Amino acid sequence: MTKEERLKKRHSAEKRFRFYGLASIFLALLFVLILVHNIFSKGSSAFMKTAINVEVFFDQELLEIKNGASDDEILEADFFDITIESLIKVYPAKNVEEEDALIELFTTDAEIEIKRAFLENNNLIGKKINLEITASDDIDQLHKGNYPRDIPEDRRRISDFQLVIYDNLVENQKIIKNFNNYFFKNGDSRDPELAGIGGALIGSFYSIIICLLLAFPVAVLASIYLEEFAPKNKITDFIEININNLAAVPSIVYGLLALQILLATIQLPRSTPLVAGITLALMTLPRIIIPCRASLKAVPPSIREGALAVGASKFQSVFHHVVPLALPGTLSGTIIGLAQALGETAPLILIGMVAFVVDIPSTPIDPSSSLPVQVYLWSESAERGFVEKTSATIMMLLSFLIVMNFLAVYLRQKFEKRWN
Amino acid sequence: MNFVLIFLITIFSLSLFFYGRSKTKSISIEKNIKLNALPKFYGYYLVLWCSIPSLVFLLIWTLFEPVIIKSIIIETAANQGAIFNDKNEANLIYEKIKAIYAGTYFGDIDTILKESALSYAKFINLFTNSKIVLIFGIVIASVIYSLKKIKNNNKARDDVEVILKGLLFASSLIAILTTLGIIFSLLFESIKFFSVINIFDYLFGTNWSPQRAFVRDASAITAEEYEELKDAFGFIPLIAGTSFIAFIAMLVAVPVGLFSGIYMAEYASLKVRRISKPIIEILAGIPTVVYGFFAALTVGPFFRQIGENLGLTVSSESALAAGLIMGIMIIPYVSSLSDDVINSVPQSLRDGSYAVGATKSETIKKVVIPAALPGIIGSVLLAVSRAIGETMIVVMAAGLAANLTINPLESTTTITTQIVMILVGDQEFDSPKTQSAFALGLTLFIATLVLNYIAQRAVKKYREKYD
Repeated sequence: MTKEERLKKRHSAEKRFRFYGLASIFLALLFVLILVHNIFSKGSSAFMKTAINVEVFFDQELLEIKNGASDDEILEADFFDITIESLIKVYPAKNVEEEDALIELFTTDAEIEIKRAFLENNNLIGKKINLEITASDDIDQLHKGNYPRDIPEDRRRISDFQLVIYDNLVENQKIIKNFNNYFFKNGDSRDPELAGIGGALIGSFYSIIICLLLAFPVAVLASIYLEEFAPKNKITDFIEININNLAAVPSIVYGLLALQILLATIQLPRSTPLVAGITLALMTLPRIIIPCRASLKAVPPSIREGALAVGASKFQSVFHHVVPLALPGTLSGTIIGLAQALGETAPLILIGMVAFVVDIPSTPIDPSSSLPVQVYLWSESAERGFVEKTSATIMMLLSFLIVMNFLAVYLRQKFEKRWN
Repeated sequence: MNFVLIFLITIFSLSLFFYGRSKTKSISIEKNIKLNALPKFYGYYLVLWCSIPSLVFLLIWTLFEPVIIKSIIIETAANQGAIFNDKNEANLIYEKIKAIYAGTYFGDIDTILKESALSYAKFINLFTNSKIVLIFGIVIASVIYSLKKIKNNNKARDDVEVILKGLLFASSLIAILTTLGIIFSLLFESIKFFSVINIFDYLFGTNWSPQRAFVRDASAITAEEYEELKDAFGFIPLIAGTSFIAFIAMLVAVPVGLFSGIYMAEYASLKVRRISKPIIEILAGIPTVVYGFFAALTVGPFFRQIGENLGLTVSSESALAAGLIMGIMIIPYVSSLSDDVINSVPQSLRDGSYAVGATKSETIKKVVIPAALPGIIGSVLLAVSRAIGETMIVVMAAGLAANLTINPLESTTTITTQIVMILVGDQEFDSPKTQSAFALGLTLFIATLVLNYIAQRAVKKYREKYD
């Protein structure tokens, strides 16, 4: 091999090596792109729901209430009959089976929706109005194009007759897409068209607030102690080793801790944001302490010495001068820690947040779900409608995380002082 | 009740602040003496003395009250003739008693339950009353003590600082308490588990099927039953599955992570670095449940489809899908750590290599990487410890049945998956099945601890070498 050949070979090896590096970065970026695209393409349709325009006649004989009835009377009244009467008039049905097939096109909450319309306007007796009744999950998925029509009837959840009605409705422009308010307002449900993340949102909110209230002060105080006051001795070393180890303990172990100590020993209520918040706080604590200490360490010693020189006590120098300067870094570390806690699932599953909760929690000691746990729960469901709901929940979760991370970066860049 | 007490203590403390401040001012004017601290510090001193002892007491009391009341009530119920065979039934009866007390129980109430509910009400009252009395006592005692100190013109600022320093120290102790809590809660149940199942049968058993482990009475297990039990709690398939999935993850994460770390540290311009580094770190910020969803609903079926086209049987919960996605999740851990490690290799080593005519890639391969190797190994070990502790991806995308296999297309299970499967939903107390989850947790805890320890030692040693 001549010198030139060898040099050429070496240079092409150089180029190859460089290419591998670049390729790995692009591969990683590609993964991000595929993941985000996959979630968004599946989930964006969940923000709309399919409704069917139905003419409802409020028949006094069937309802047995009068115009101007009070809210209590309306709530007591039975709207079932007029619901059925209105729904089966959407398309001429020949027999009871066909009527049943018609009713199956609509959500099981159709009666409640009609009742709600009457509650808003109690002078509708004897009148006909057009209402947009939410369609059943199957029709919803069909209308959004997520449901294949060309498979044999016995493997479909929608019968041929229902497809005929659907096509007829589409032709007459009776099928409409509305903003899916149920998705944000409702709690969990077995029916995908009624299921929402309202309960999970509130549960996550309470958990994170409790986590913040517990973890932030303790983390800041602990890092001030370790960075500013702690003598160099065995106890301090031991605390530091502990914190570093805790930051690397798998999150599921915190779930076991919560199960044994919080639920079994001191008997806090199961499945509640309170327990979730405490568990997440224990887990987040070391993860906040580490950036807090880094930002305290970044404050130059001259600041402390200056304060001490004009007669401040050690405490005054720390709390009046060092801590305010370290605050932006501290806050951004806290927000990033909270963002991790918001996405944490495994410990929450162990403390029973997987329970099926329909009601929206009003206090932190009501049973509740949380956003990531809702993702887990829905992803286990067989119904097709839950796939888009899960993806949409992930979209909500990711957007919260993005906002929190941007806030952390902004705080750091805007307020942090550079010392060199 | 607790909220009212906390509110009262807060209000009282705040008013003491103003009292202390004005009182010391007036004392200094009256007696014409110089105060040893600014007046406000006397206020702080009173606030701290008034609030901290009472709040700490309240916290401890609230934590232990339900436990104590429960044991008393169960004991009295047993004395009155209530029969319960195990902890489950005792808990059930206790819940009934509580429901009767709250007026939300609609079943039949026999005399034992009625008596117990009455004594429950009595104890609740007694405990609440004594709590209030004791808290008032503590507040009054500490306020009298601190007022006396103030009147003697103490060095309030120094005293306040001593108290605050104690508070700071106490907060840093929470880390130790958490560790103790973890060790205690894992050991407690694990010891119970190992008293039933021999630890060697657990560690070296090759069959894991806890759902078969049904024990009528955990305290008296016959030899026959034990043979069956022993067969249900073999750890080998779990550690095999866990390592296997972690291995697949590492096959993805190490090359991609390492190469991007190298590129970022050695080749990338500042601009490329500034953009690509945060984007790769997004991968670390995505919640693992999202990866799990992606693996279970997209990647798993996708691999299955490819397998079908190639004529292979691929499980839709294949180890390959879970491992691949876990590997993607771990890329940023490897890349950013190795980036740091490579960056801290001294420039003089590179310059030496360039001086003898090596190309950039030769320098990296022959000089930089060997120099950074301990740090890189440390970062890979940290990544491995993340992989074996990772839960959601494997719960959603890997199998549930323990399966000793090295075929990546079949499904296997992992330690974390089994913990979740055992503990999700209703659990029986004191059954080896529930306890086994804690034994698994303990094993996992020890494994990650050892890995982290070695990794941190490696990174630290490496840092010291070039400092």
